[in-house]
Formats: sequence, C-alpha cells, structure tokens
Amino acid sequence: MRKLRQLQEVNAGSMADIAFLLLIFFLVTTTMDVDTGISRSLPPPVEDDTQIDIRDRNIFKVLVNSADMLLVEGKEGSLSTLKDETKYFMKNPNNDPNLPEKKLEFIELLGEVWISRGVVSLKNDRGTSYDMYIRVQNELTAAFRELRDELSVDKFGTRFYNLTDDQRKAIQSAVPIAISEAEPEDIGGK
Amino acid sequence: MARFRKKKAQGAQRINTASLPDIIFMLLFFFMVTTVMRETTMLVKIKLPEATEIQKLERKSLVSFIYVGEPVRSYLYGTESRIQLNDQFATVADIQEFIAREREARDEVDRKFMTTSIKADQMTRMGVITDIKQELRKSGAFKINYSSRKGAVKQN
Repeated sequence: MRKLRQLQEVNAGSMADIAFLLLIFFLVTTTMDVDTGISRSLPPPVEDDTQIDIRDRNIFKVLVNSADMLLVEGKEGSLSTLKDETKYFMKNPNNDPNLPEKKLEFIELLGEVWISRGVVSLKNDRGTSYDMYIRVQNELTAAFRELRDELSVDKFGTRFYNLTDDQRKAIQSAVPIAISEAEPEDIGGK
Repeated sequence: MARFRKKKAQGAQRINTASLPDIIFMLLFFFMVTTVMRETTMLVKIKLPEATEIQKLERKSLVSFIYVGEPVRSYLYGTESRIQLNDQFATVADIQEFIAREREARDEVDRKFMTTSIKADQMTRMGVITDIKQELRKSGAFKINYSSRKGAVKQN
C-alpha cells in the first residue's frame, strides 16, 4: 500500500549553512568596544561669588594657554615633569613653608597619617586644544594614582588596585583627588 | 562460521554532523544577545585623545553621550566644532534639556549613578568643552567622563 509510507523528512542539511550565515553577520556587526576615559566629578555651580579662601601655599597652579603651553607655579613647565612636580608638591617631604600644609589625622585601618591640604588648580584657555587638556589631566591623575599606590604599598603591602573596598575608602580619604578647575575666563581668543 | 565474520570497514568512518547546527545556533544566539547595534549615526568626526590613566565606563545603560567634533559633511556644515546630541546637531543651550530628558528616561534609583561621557575630537578647542561643562554643572550632572583611548601619551 502506497499511502502508508512514512512521512517525508525535511532535509536539514542546509540548516547549518543558514545558521553560519547568520552567525557571520552577527560576528561582523558586533562591536565589543568598551568605553574608557578619565572620570571626573564637576563641582556644583556657585550661586554667588563666594571666594573660598585657600592659602597660597596650598595651591599648585597649572595654567595651559591657547598655544598648549604650560605654566606651572609661575614657571614654564613641561608635561614630562608635571607628574613628579605634582607629587612632590602634594607630599611636601621636607616640610617646606612654601609647600602645602599637612595635617595629622586618624583614619581607620591606616592609623595616623599626614594629609596634605594641597589643591591642584587647573586653568585652561578657551583656545587650548582638547588633546592637551586631556594630557594634562592624565598627568595629574597619574600623580594622584601614584600617591595612592605609594600609601597603600606602605600600609597594606599592595597596590591600590588590589585593595578591598574598605581599604580603598581609607586610602581615598587620606589622598583625595584634589584637582580644582577654575571658573572659566576669557583670556585669549577662540 | 562465516556468519560471524566481521564486515570490514568501508573507507573512513563518517563523523556524525547532526549536532553541528545546534552548536552553530548556540554561537549565533550568543552573538545575537551580546550585539549592540549602533543607535546613533555619527554626524561629527571624532578621533579620541589618548591617555594612560583611563577607567572603564561601567553600566553603559546609565551613560549619556555628548559628541563634539568637526562635522562629517564639512562641505555642508563647515569645519567648526559642533555638538551632537542623539541624532542631531545641537547647541550648548540644548544640553540642559538633553540631560533632563536622559534623566527622565532612567529609573529613579539609578539617577544618581548617571554619567555623562564627553566624546570629543582631540583637535577640539576647550572653549566648547568648557561651555558644555558649565551647562552640565547647571543641570546637576556632575559625574563626567572624558572619553579617551588607551595609548602612550606624547610628552610635548
């Protein structure tokens, strides 16, 4: 009897090919890029012109002009030395009266540590290139990162990156990222 | 005795490929799930600056992007740096509204973790960036990220 023949099976041989095709499409369109960048937090806007008094010795002035040149503490500076200068300023190892004050404070997990009151004041022109600005920010970030690393190696024997959350908080309060950006001002042209 | 004689194998044994489609499908689904289609068309050219002290942007769904750069179709729009929000050109004055809208779109719990990523071309002048930052401060978006690539920093 012909009618009782088994149901014809669909040929699934080309299924793999179709799947391959789709797979290749998604492989090509997938972008696995992770967004990276330098994180910063902006200060809240100031309502009135309240001047925050910071002693002059506590401020590390970094100026970038429209020709991408650096002025560090009143002298012409360069990117290659900016990091070390910042670190030296923040640490003030010889208790120089022209460098920032330090305060002995007790922080949990760390004990008594000297906390620098130094603030890096970064000011740029409207004509500064973004590339230069990022490079300066990068050097300043590197300086603070190294300061944190040094302290955590000293206290915990390992880099800041490897610390637990509590230890990180302690280090962060001992070495806060004190980079202040001045209110914008028009100095040069656009 | 001939009955139990083993049949000799004829040629090479064929591998069973029946599960091949399943494996491919598995891979396919993996890529389908992980794929993020680019949702904005870039109207500006951006070559990100290089930096070494970079951090990964976490929780991408909470990040809003502001693009700054020279328009792709510079013959139409000129070479002056322009701001792009979502799919269109914008001015500095539009940023507050943009941030407000982005904030509306997020869950209330997550709002304080929102980050604004500034993707600006390395040749951009800081004037535009400063204006953007001032607007962000006014709208209360304090967490920002200067998008940059990993790379060696040229020393002057």
